[in-house]
Amino acid sequence: MLFLTGVCTLIAVSVLFFILGYLFQKGGRSLSWHFFTNLPAPTGETGGGMANAILGSGQVLALATCIGVPIGFTAGVYLAEYSGAAFASIVRFMTDLLNGVPSIVVGVVTYTLVVLKTGTGPLAGGIALGIMMIPIAVRSTEEFLRAVPNSLREGAMALGASHWKTIVTVVIPAAIRGILSGMMLNLARVAGETAPLLLTAGLSMYWNHGWSQPVATLPVMIYTDAIGPQQDLHQQAWAAGFVLLCLVLLVNVLARTVISRGIHKPR
Amino acid sequence: MNPSELTAPGARGSATGVPAQTAKLRSENLNFYYGSFQALHNIDLSVNEKKVTAFIGPSGCGKSTFLRTLNRMNETVRKTRLEGNILLDGESTLPMEVSQLRRRVGMVFQKSNPFPKSIFDNVAYGLRVNGMTRKARLREAVEKSLRRAALWDEVKDKLQNSAYDLSGGQQQRLCIARALAVDPEVLLLDEPCSALDPIATAKIEELLFHLKEYCTIVIVTHNMQQAARVADYTGFFLLGKLIEFGDTKVIFRNPSKKETEDYITGRFG
Repeated sequence: MLFLTGVCTLIAVSVLFFILGYLFQKGGRSLSWHFFTNLPAPTGETGGGMANAILGSGQVLALATCIGVPIGFTAGVYLAEYSGAAFASIVRFMTDLLNGVPSIVVGVVTYTLVVLKTGTGPLAGGIALGIMMIPIAVRSTEEFLRAVPNSLREGAMALGASHWKTIVTVVIPAAIRGILSGMMLNLARVAGETAPLLLTAGLSMYWNHGWSQPVATLPVMIYTDAIGPQQDLHQQAWAAGFVLLCLVLLVNVLARTVISRGIHKPR
Repeated sequence: MNPSELTAPGARGSATGVPAQTAKLRSENLNFYYGSFQALHNIDLSVNEKKVTAFIGPSGCGKSTFLRTLNRMNETVRKTRLEGNILLDGESTLPMEVSQLRRRVGMVFQKSNPFPKSIFDNVAYGLRVNGMTRKARLREAVEKSLRRAALWDEVKDKLQNSAYDLSGGQQQRLCIARALAVDPEVLLLDEPCSALDPIATAKIEELLFHLKEYCTIVIVTHNMQQAARVADYTGFFLLGKLIEFGDTKVIFRNPSKKETEDYITGRFG
């Protein structure tokens, strides 16, 4: 039994390294300074970069953060600090359902409501990913706020602080590291979303010209290059996959350092 | 109001034990409910100014609940209900603005609860919440409070360190300093030493002797010896009723109620 559990654990851990190694082996040759600074090569030529897709992904994720984080955070504060238990459990259930909505469905809805009016671009892509960020933002905020001991709230209120002041000056600061890391993991999670972006962000081989103009993003570039006809495009797709995975891993590591590093840790 | 409530045991106890004209705090026919459970029955008593008043009794007897009605902390618990009245300097506390009341009636909790902030910011918290922003005045007030809580010498060189770097006993004295910073007229302490070792406990008890120069102290304790050592007046609670209340010496040496005597001599509780 020990052997079996040990082997399965080894497999679980090694999958990540296998994927990383495989991506690097297949796409490593395309990785150069050019890959990060140049536009994709015109059809027929080899080489080229993904600078527009890296920037485009950044643009879309920035807008998604601006939409998902404030809404999710504020709703999480409401659930943890104000709402009654019954209402909170209903909202929690609804956000779990929203979290379960397939990403392609979010893409189709955003397509109908946004893209048909404004066209594809970072705006529609950001809205789609922003919607996808909301449920996790709500839940992680709520959970980290609930983990703040009630004795801290009582301590603040016993000094004459109002409920609102207690939340802003004691409860949120006590939970902020956890909330921040939750948001980062949330961002890393949607960074690789492809289905909604196929419908909303569009595709472009050039720099983006506006919030309602088609924009290249890493996941969509991986998709189009991977199904492209030439070997060189496949290699570009592998390299883009490697970059995307590294970025996601980086955000994950950052999130862990944020949560573990704090000067005010109970002994 | 039912006239028979006025002759509850507590009412008689308070009438004999404490003269009403120097009462800092007074509870009148106080009933308190958690949902349908009645936690306090007709509590009638007066707390004298600049004295230490202790409440003893077995767990669940209502002594902490009573303490928490004095600064209306119980209002933060859902589905609770209060009947009767609580007077501070003869004025009902129930219509007061709650933040004003809590500034005048401070509280220290059973488990020390410093905020995840620096030592300085912990003590300054109440002052800042109440609108004090001038740095020099804040520093002055923080030092004064830490001195009063007998913590200044231990922390004066590390005011910017996290409050969590302090030991358990120091954290509790920090919480006392934090409560003192807003110059409360009354300080409520809810079993403040229950999580501390005997040396830290002795420090806090010694502190209480000095603190009664500045404010009225009400302390809840399950430790009878502690009540006997620190309190001028002692009240004995049992099953939500105030059984007996009066001079500490009388309560411990010559209690008039059988329940009090049984509890003090260790026959139950």
